[in-house]
Amino acid sequence: MTVVLEARGITKRFGAVVASDAISLDLRAGEIHAVIGPNGAGKSTLIAQISGSLAPDAGSVQLLGEDITALPPRLRAKKGLARTFQISALAMEDTVLQNVLLGAVGAAGSPWRFWRSVGADRDLRGKAEAALERVGLLSEAHRVVATLSHGQRRQLEVAVALTLAPKAFLMDEPMAGLGTEGSQRLTAMLDGLRREAPILLVEHDMDAVFALADRISVLVYGRIIATGSVEEIRANAEVRAAYLGEEA
Amino acid sequence: MITERHLNLLILAGLILVPLWAWAADEPFTITLATRAVIFALAAAGLNIALGIGGLVSLGHAAFFGIGGYAMGILAHHAQSYTALSTWPFLIEGTKSMPVIWLVAIVTSALAALVIGLLSLRTAGVYFIMITLAFGQMFYFFTISWAAYGGEDGLSIYIRNDFPGLNTLDPIQFYGLCLAILCAVLFATARLMRAPFGLALNAARQTPARVETVGLDPTRLKLAAFVISGAITGLAGALFADLNRFVSPTMFSWQMSGELIVFIIIGGTGRLFGPVVGAATFVMLEHWLGGLSEYWLIYLGGMLLAIVLFGRGGLIGLLTRREGGA
Repeated sequence: MTVVLEARGITKRFGAVVASDAISLDLRAGEIHAVIGPNGAGKSTLIAQISGSLAPDAGSVQLLGEDITALPPRLRAKKGLARTFQISALAMEDTVLQNVLLGAVGAAGSPWRFWRSVGADRDLRGKAEAALERVGLLSEAHRVVATLSHGQRRQLEVAVALTLAPKAFLMDEPMAGLGTEGSQRLTAMLDGLRREAPILLVEHDMDAVFALADRISVLVYGRIIATGSVEEIRANAEVRAAYLGEEA
Repeated sequence: MITERHLNLLILAGLILVPLWAWAADEPFTITLATRAVIFALAAAGLNIALGIGGLVSLGHAAFFGIGGYAMGILAHHAQSYTALSTWPFLIEGTKSMPVIWLVAIVTSALAALVIGLLSLRTAGVYFIMITLAFGQMFYFFTISWAAYGGEDGLSIYIRNDFPGLNTLDPIQFYGLCLAILCAVLFATARLMRAPFGLALNAARQTPARVETVGLDPTRLKLAAFVISGAITGLAGALFADLNRFVSPTMFSWQMSGELIVFIIIGGTGRLFGPVVGAATFVMLEHWLGGLSEYWLIYLGGMLLAIVLFGRGGLIGLLTRREGGA
């Protein structure tokens, strides 16, 4: 299968702490690859380096064979890497529709238009509404984001990423803070999403990870100690000791 | 409670009817006050694009107000003294034509905003406030020592500049001209707020990280907003100089920058008509309370405090309910 996104030997040190210790992983077409690990394992540091907000000390990131290590987040997004945030980074005072329209404007690369209303642009509006439809938020299009429930904000995060028609999704704990029901709904949605573009899923919620992931990588103290299918990871003694054992 | 749209129409009606009444009643001073309010509103409408939509708290917008003022002062000064502005490498004459002066005011203040914005936008928050303040003060002290154009005393222009087909010395005609410009700018701002640029700028204020992850550059958006903002405030400066037929370094003072921010806060930050309500309120208070006590600013301060503490949408926010929807 084609490798869409690949990290090779990513290393990041903060003083004496090695937050990322020569991490290599890849994301293949059509899959959900989950990265799990206990608190402090370096998941956020890894996400920051793949999305471009933090520069690695060593190693590279490639998207569809192209080296994107030196690109800022904005240009990585243009190349087709769409990320969602752990703590929602939505425009809270704006409506749901305005938030997805922003994604559509970004994807079209057309913010330098000063006269015609965004809402009157059929292309942008069509794209935005299609994304809302996909996540089931179309009926809430005119609500202000600040009034949405936590789960709806998570759905909206995904909708904004969808407007970018990305080559790969990078999702930072999308289940964080969701109740059982919300988590199940989002799980069902992400399940269908992998056909559109593969998902690198950094997640704490084990039920979601075991339900969704084609492959799982386990990150402990900045190192990947195992990568494999759900069954392989469940059966891996080292993983059980380092991680699953603590939770169970 | 009324909708913001209806309130805006009411304000617009007031801006047309009050001076017309004053004109019929032969009260030219009221028209002058109204002109002052409209020009301040225009200056603050410029700042509102940077501050209200883009979240850029510029304490240096007097720089653009002053540049517009001096663009008028210098051009008209050379025209009235029949001297050339420059003879080398090519001849530049002064002018008394308002459209030419406005164009020069807009272009020079936009250029200044580009340079100041490029340097200031490397910072954010309090540092942005301080660095814009510093730029404003640089212009202030520069003009104080600029002896060729009056230094501290400023420049007097004896006759108001010309606009084709109008008698600009007639208060009501000059007022109409200023109001027309204000309306045009507010209309363009309303379009801009709903256009892709406004949407992206609005998001860049609230969540720059998001704007970046959809592939846009928040800093570039803010810089563009700053330049547009400076150009409009510069145009207002040229009109203000023409209203007073006088320019001086006080147009560059930090108090002027502060007043522009105060207009916006009183009216309602980011509201289309916020600068208009704020500037009109300020001019009225200045006139009435200023007549009662020279310490009238203490009442303005109290009002400002009340608005900041209790009415975050400014006066417009107090009078309207928020319209929802894109």
